[in-house]
Amino acid sequence: MNTAINSYRAGPDERGHFGIYGGRFVAETLMPLILDLEKAYAKASADRAFRDELDYWLEFYVGRPSPLYHAERLSRHLGGARIYFKRDELNHTGAHKINNCMGQILLAKRMGKTRIIAETGAGQHGVATATVCALMGLPCVVYMGAVDIERQKPNVFRMKLLGAEVVPVKSGSRTLKDAMNEALRDWVTNVDSTYYLIGTVAGPHPYPAMVRDFQSVIGRETREQIMKAEGRLPDSLVACVGGGSNAIGLFHPFLDEPNIKMYGVEAAGHGIETGQHAASLSAGSPGVLHGNRTYLLQDADGQVTEAHSISAGLDYPGIGPEHAWLKDSARVNYVAITDKEALEAFKLCARLEGILPALEPAHALGHVIKLAPTLPKDHLMVMNMCGRGDKDIFTVADALGVGL
Amino acid sequence: MSAGRIEKRFAKLKHEGRAGLITFTMMGDPDIETSFEILKGLPAAGADLIEIGAAFTDPMADGPVIQVAGQRALKAGITLTKTLDLVRRFRATDQETPLILMGYYNPIYIYGPTRFIKDALTAGLDGVIVVDLPPEEDEELCIPAIDAGLCFIRLATPTTDDRRLPAVLAHTTGFVYYVSITGITGAAGAQTTSTADAIKRLRRHTSLPLAVGFGIKTPDDAAKVARVADAAVVGSALVSALASSLDGAARRSGATVEAVLGLVRDLAAGVRAARKEVVG
Repeated sequence: MNTAINSYRAGPDERGHFGIYGGRFVAETLMPLILDLEKAYAKASADRAFRDELDYWLEFYVGRPSPLYHAERLSRHLGGARIYFKRDELNHTGAHKINNCMGQILLAKRMGKTRIIAETGAGQHGVATATVCALMGLPCVVYMGAVDIERQKPNVFRMKLLGAEVVPVKSGSRTLKDAMNEALRDWVTNVDSTYYLIGTVAGPHPYPAMVRDFQSVIGRETREQIMKAEGRLPDSLVACVGGGSNAIGLFHPFLDEPNIKMYGVEAAGHGIETGQHAASLSAGSPGVLHGNRTYLLQDADGQVTEAHSISAGLDYPGIGPEHAWLKDSARVNYVAITDKEALEAFKLCARLEGILPALEPAHALGHVIKLAPTLPKDHLMVMNMCGRGDKDIFTVADALGVGL
Repeated sequence: MSAGRIEKRFAKLKHEGRAGLITFTMMGDPDIETSFEILKGLPAAGADLIEIGAAFTDPMADGPVIQVAGQRALKAGITLTKTLDLVRRFRATDQETPLILMGYYNPIYIYGPTRFIKDALTAGLDGVIVVDLPPEEDEELCIPAIDAGLCFIRLATPTTDDRRLPAVLAHTTGFVYYVSITGITGAAGAQTTSTADAIKRLRRHTSLPLAVGFGIKTPDDAAKVARVADAAVVGSALVSALASSLDGAARRSGATVEAVLGLVRDLAAGVRAARKEVVG
């Protein structure tokens, strides 16, 4: 990005590129489908009736707006910035994922699709997809890595209770990236009936832009709420990034406010230096996977390497292409927090605020803990509490050496 | 000159009044030397054109058989550089049989498209099939490859309708690979009648040779395709035959090379016996 940028909110271009990132790197069989989807989404997003319908479901079913909460005890404890949590963990199903699922399921219905498929890592997107499918009476197949099924059993059962079929993916590294491969293989096979409901701001165009638009409700609400609470915009925003949907949802409405600093927090796993992490922006390089060009964890031959994080939701070797572009353009700072730091943040938040964060936003909180004490008391910081930690209690118990 | 090998081979097939057999095997599967031994034996076994698989960790258009083959190959240490080495070694003894590399874009992108095109041509590669590069992403590899004389063979599928076909065919050289099903490699085969209809449709849009693949498993399947198309592509069936010949630790056995080449001979007999019908 060597030319002056008038707006950070103008992307992607008509071919789905954010700078060199994004695009449509898919098999020919899928191209006509994603072109159809692009058209259908453009039509729906310009249609007042579609937006009204989505607003209805978000208010009465999801429970929006989610509160913007002043975490007073945490702020006092850290002794610096005034910290707010955007409480997206209070949404129905316990995470931000349903904002996007609600939008896409309404679109799938408009397109006349009769079968929904999705990939999931931690299971939060799978649960949100299974939920909206139950609500709309559509059959749902969720692809989930065999390794993730093992470490996220409560969510697997939840999906089954909601009527979804959970298909264990045993290929490759048996985690989120392989679940996405398998969902793409399903889609290539069932082109007429099936809608692929991608859970993050990755995949071929138009998914990164569409999922971002559906998640931007987080940032739009935050803007209104902070104006009401403080009479001004925040000074900084913090969110975790796996694929990056909750972060872009918070950041995007603020990207053109030059005075707001933004921090995307990746999972450093056992530490970047160990090679066992999921920090594709901090330690990866540009490559092409799952339909888009973005930063990837890969070797010198262009083979994708396995990610590691205690948080299954951040355990992905890629990142949404818009984040790749925001990194290169230096608009957003990307940092990384280790498993250990995230666990400390998890414990602190539970004791001080009475909130069990999901392990994903516990990474964001890990960075808040580092940053806040260095800032003045009038610094307004908003962190996206994008999911609740009930799903993670077994993982946390295991990491703390506690038998349940 | 290298575009010439594919063109010449299809001209020869036309002259003989028959369709060709295109085989696919994964380079490095189950180990680099065995995959080369198989590669070297393919022309004599009856392969008219040869697709060589370039392994990738995330082959999103492939079924389980080719996925696992790619994993075996990566475990055996295959890389794109070593795959091009095999092409060079093959060319030391065979200057006629066209070689087409089939794979995914990321390894080529990391290798560097410009450097890849140069090294591929020097090694003696004739064409590439890059599964995840649709016409929408032509600038980086497809157009420079064609300009340099490396064929860019595009997949057309049942979802590629008449409105889209001209865009798909615009930058296709060598031949067109018709994927006869909507699905992944190794899935159930297509109905012969729908394939014949699709071939007729494609013929209205292009004069390039038409190969048909995905789901062709037996000499009989191959013969059916050979009656309507210019070539039949067989991949998963060969990779399956290889896999069944391996020992418990996924290493080659005494039967591995022959398991593949024997099936190629049968498939070639099927293709050669099929009398080509004039279509379209």
